[in-house]
Amino acid sequence: MKIEVLGTGCPKCMSMEQNVKKAITELALQAEVEKVTDIQHIIQRGVLSTPALVIDGKVVLQGKNPTVDQLKDLIKAR
Amino acid sequence: MSGEVQRHIADPNATRIPAGRRRLLWIFIALAAAAAWWLAYTNLERFANWLVYGALGMPAGNRLASAIAFFVFEAPKVLMLLLVVVFGVGIVRSFFTPERTRRMLAGRRQTAGNVLASLLGVVTPFCSCSAVPLFIGFVTTGVPLGVTFSFLIAAPMINEVALVLLFGLFGWKVAALYLGTGLVIAMAAGWVIGKLRLERWVEGWVYATAPASSAAGTQEKTSWTERVSSGRDAVKDIVSRVWPYVLAGIAVGAGIHGYVPEQLMASIMGKGAWWSVPLAVVIGIPMYSNAAGIIPVVQALLEKGAALGTVLAFMMSVIGLSLPEVVILRKVLKLPLIGTFVGVVGFGILIVGYLFNIVL
Repeated sequence: MKIEVLGTGCPKCMSMEQNVKKAITELALQAEVEKVTDIQHIIQRGVLSTPALVIDGKVVLQGKNPTVDQLKDLIKAR
Repeated sequence: MSGEVQRHIADPNATRIPAGRRRLLWIFIALAAAAAWWLAYTNLERFANWLVYGALGMPAGNRLASAIAFFVFEAPKVLMLLLVVVFGVGIVRSFFTPERTRRMLAGRRQTAGNVLASLLGVVTPFCSCSAVPLFIGFVTTGVPLGVTFSFLIAAPMINEVALVLLFGLFGWKVAALYLGTGLVIAMAAGWVIGKLRLERWVEGWVYATAPASSAAGTQEKTSWTERVSSGRDAVKDIVSRVWPYVLAGIAVGAGIHGYVPEQLMASIMGKGAWWSVPLAVVIGIPMYSNAAGIIPVVQALLEKGAALGTVLAFMMSVIGLSLPEVVILRKVLKLPLIGTFVGVVGFGILIVGYLFNIVL
């Protein structure tokens, strides 16, 4: 599983990255987490508001900073 | 109020209650909360006076007493208003997403597009750190440059926290003036930028970027439970961040209220000083403060003889134009366009300042 956090470096994006890592540890999952900060990259995903969460190449959430529990649900749903 | 709602959602028994009765229960809780809120809100002033002059037995006309009474009345009043309005705005914003706004604006022509974009800028959730992806996402999918700017100007300038504070501390007329003139500035500035045809001053790679046009990551249907929870999230997010500034601002305001002599500000920020409006705008543009800290101070200044237009111009340039946002936008805009953007918006604010000093 590959999880990407898209964001240009605002506080919300950083907190999302940390929450994703926490969620993965709590779920005991093997997943690769990558932070994408390149704007062109972000635009090409069709994302308008950051932070956005991409799981296995699919945008599942944008413009929100969910809690660790909400992230766990999103990751499990994949 | 939000606490009750939260408990209700978390209650596992709630799912066993049939939907119709559950809705009734919800409405009942909401009404009870609203009644309790109203009762507390309308009695705040009586309570503040009772506490300071009755329970504490401070003499009337005392400076300290007047400062304390000001704080005890204004601080809970503004926080209570903030709670309700931020909750309401959170729910309203759950109806709008940047994707939906983009779809509504794509292919619009100038004028009508500027009006619509300014209005949508008020209700669409927007964080200035997403200004760049949003800008590119808009202009590459057929939203005209001027219309995009109307959105980008209205979104930060018309701020729900500022609106609450203006309403709470100055009354509904000033709040309405702020809302109205903010919208007019966003419409007019976007329209002017569109007419100037400045597309050549957008960084070249922006138009070369092909965005995935499919709106992804947004649910098409949102339930009311989710809307209420997004209102609650807005309260948690905004009020928890803003309340220390509100209290600090009101405390400073209370100090000015009690101690600064009447009419002191009249000579510096009064109507007579023509240069005060441009000065307020020039000082305000690079400043970046949230409205919460500034407005209570500004209210106290106004009471001491500063002119409303000057004060409004200062506030708008502080929250509407900020250095961090300009730095972020520099990634996609060349300097002449940034200069035009700041210049046109600053000029609009200037006109608003003079207008109110003349009219009021």
